[in-house]
Amino acid sequence: MPVSSAALPEAGPSSAIREPVIAIVGNPNCGKSTIFNALTGLKQKVANYPGVTVEKREGSCFSQHGKRLRLLDLPGAYSLNARSPDEAVVRDVLMGRRKDTPRPDAVVLVADASNLERNLYLTTQVLELGLPAMLVLNMMDVAEAKKWRIDLKELEQRLGVPVVPMQATSGKGLVELKAAMSRQLPVPKHTPPMPAEISAALDGIRQDLTNAGALHDTASLLESLYLISDHDPQHYGIADAHISRISACHDGLEKKFPGWEDRLAGARYDAVESILKDVLRRPEKDEATFTDRIDAVLLNPIFGFAIMLSAMVLLLYTIFALSEAPMGWIEGAFGWAGDWVKGHMAEGDLRDLLVDGVIAGVGGVVIFLPQIMILFFFIGLMEDTGYMARVAFMMDRIMGWAGLNGKAFVPFLSAYACAVPGIMATRTIASLKDRIVTILVTPLASCSARLPVYMLMIAAMFPAGQVAAWQKALVLVSMYALGTLGAFCFGWLFNRTIMRGETSLMVLEMPSYKRPSLKHLVIYVLERARIFIRRAGTVILGLTIILWAAMNYPKTEGDPSSQVAHSVAGMAGHAIEPVIKPLGFDWKIGIGLIASFAAREVFNSTMGVIYAVENSDEEDITPLREHMQAETWPDGAPVYTPLVCVSVMVFFVFAMQCLSTVAVVKRETNGWKWPLFQIAYMTAAAYIASLIVYQGGRLLGF
Amino acid sequence: MQAIPLTQLKDGSSAIIKDIPVGHDEHITRLRELGLVPGTKIRVVRRAPLGDPIEVAVRGSRIAMRRSEARHIEILPVQE
Ligand SMILES: Nc1nc2c(ncn2[C@@H]2O[C@H](COP(=O)(O)OP(=O)(O)O)[C@@H](O)[C@H]2O)c(=O)[nH]1
Ligand SMILES: [Mg+2]
Repeated sequence: MPVSSAALPEAGPSSAIREPVIAIVGNPNCGKSTIFNALTGLKQKVANYPGVTVEKREGSCFSQHGKRLRLLDLPGAYSLNARSPDEAVVRDVLMGRRKDTPRPDAVVLVADASNLERNLYLTTQVLELGLPAMLVLNMMDVAEAKKWRIDLKELEQRLGVPVVPMQATSGKGLVELKAAMSRQLPVPKHTPPMPAEISAALDGIRQDLTNAGALHDTASLLESLYLISDHDPQHYGIADAHISRISACHDGLEKKFPGWEDRLAGARYDAVESILKDVLRRPEKDEATFTDRIDAVLLNPIFGFAIMLSAMVLLLYTIFALSEAPMGWIEGAFGWAGDWVKGHMAEGDLRDLLVDGVIAGVGGVVIFLPQIMILFFFIGLMEDTGYMARVAFMMDRIMGWAGLNGKAFVPFLSAYACAVPGIMATRTIASLKDRIVTILVTPLASCSARLPVYMLMIAAMFPAGQVAAWQKALVLVSMYALGTLGAFCFGWLFNRTIMRGETSLMVLEMPSYKRPSLKHLVIYVLERARIFIRRAGTVILGLTIILWAAMNYPKTEGDPSSQVAHSVAGMAGHAIEPVIKPLGFDWKIGIGLIASFAAREVFNSTMGVIYAVENSDEEDITPLREHMQAETWPDGAPVYTPLVCVSVMVFFVFAMQCLSTVAVVKRETNGWKWPLFQIAYMTAAAYIASLIVYQGGRLLGF
Repeated sequence: MQAIPLTQLKDGSSAIIKDIPVGHDEHITRLRELGLVPGTKIRVVRRAPLGDPIEVAVRGSRIAMRRSEARHIEILPVQE
């Protein structure tokens, strides 16, 4: 699709009748989405900007004259000098550089009135681009509480665009906003506050980049400025040749005018100050606000940690406890659907595919929804109230040991319930590097799917009634500790190896506390659920069916046990026996490992099938345990010695063994590179750790 | 008065930013874009319970940054 812009005279006829596109632009947390939701209601859809992991939120609304307007809720940005993929998207959309998104016909700038100075930094940058624009001054209630007086008329004069005061959470100002949007918005005429010599040098750079083909010849001076000020041009999907050209231009300018970017930032704040001198009246001294009083408690070294700890315990408990019932219903419903199909179809491959492949596979996707929705309800709540920033603030030091930042804490913690929502939650981490490292180590948190495997192995390890419960508990706790330690070590390692040289700035905005909006939360939670089903669900389903086929083909006569043994997976289990024997595993465990690549808890049911244990159900593992304890190698030695049991558990602590996680990582990192790397490193770590445990244990005489 | 790094400013005290190194460090540029330009008034609001990061108030916004960044920022304390 060609980049079209209504502003260009040569725009084709299709763009002339196209619905006007209006972009909502502003700092993070200034209320963009609240305004977007108020304007569009539920008429919105979320997708990804192609090529990057930035969410694209689009919707539509009607102007007062009944004309349809397309609205784009752009990600939050502090500056057009992009420092994150989010900011690069904002820059590129506003300059019409993205082929997948038309250049907006107008911009609705949103600024937090209670933080006007900083918000005007981006506002003035965007106004200079010369798109028709208006400014929404949101959070007027917060500004009023701080006893700030804002002269709206004067601000309008200075900026040259309409200014609408607003309180998005109560809908105050919404009518005025719609009225302003319905009129033709003025084109602001601002020149950037820029020393003449730098602007002359930029003109040379524009020529250079235009000749190289990195810019089109209608590009403004600002476009070359914002391209070369991006320190990581990979943020934008331009050709490699252009990337080096852009970097060369940047370095050239830096040599000529050391610190030119810092000078530009200073000059812009001078300009903002001179605007505000006549616009903003604020009390001499900041009075202690509502937020300060709450922070005094919530960030107190003792109460703060205690409250956070309780909040996190509540979070985990709720994910476990509240999701149990709906997960049971989902399981029941899909089980019932499977039985129903079984009863209504002739026996055969197709029926098996439908029941055991498709229905079970879809069930395996839907089963995640309760946990995902509960987690995102809490995350949405913490983000909207402002508490998330406080948690990150308190935990940053500890997460820093693993080379992560404070924002990684909640995603990592929730991965103890399930890595899938945990990885989805890493979206709140702005720095790409920190996000990737967090995603890489998050599945090492011992999720609830590992618990059945641990329980089975602990049961097989100790003959019934021979050890006290606390000893079993100790084994279990060690596994959780091992996974946590592993996550910290690997985070540390990745920061010093594959991510070396990629530093990230940890600046955390501490927003004032806000009352959350239920409507906003519901939209957010439903959106997360839909994204999971649409994006990850399909991959999970596909992989589940492949694995199911591997367990069931080629067909053999006989009982399920020999069927599995002679299937593709069974043969693979045989084939890998020489490789896993040093870990103490036989080929039957090998099949269990292969089958449980779908999901860890599948290990138990697979072992049940292999050992042909009658009515082995999930609740009661006694028959399976007895069978396992009787299992021997061909030479008569028992297979499941305590050492082997530990070795199996340690393997499960580290191994990926979860297709759903793979699918979610693929979606969140936008490609197969990171999920494949993750499978490789985790499997290698699992193998090596089990090898050390088993061989070391043998040497010590266990 | 002697310029000191921001990390040495006590909780609750204010200062004027004297200097932030110019140059190639992209992180420092971002701090400037967030309002920490020389001549600006800055106040340390609090330190995190474990001592790091530091929360500062600048130009009406609240920003937390790590000590590793804050130690590059030279300030002149002001008496209140
Ligand atoms: N007090 C107050 N809170 C608001 C206002 N507008 C938005 N909020 C809250 O501010 C938080 C951030 O809003 P959001 O729309 O997610 O910001 P975004 O990051 O710009 O999309 C949410 O908790 C909103 O409920 C407002 O006018 N007044
Ligand atoms: Mg938003």
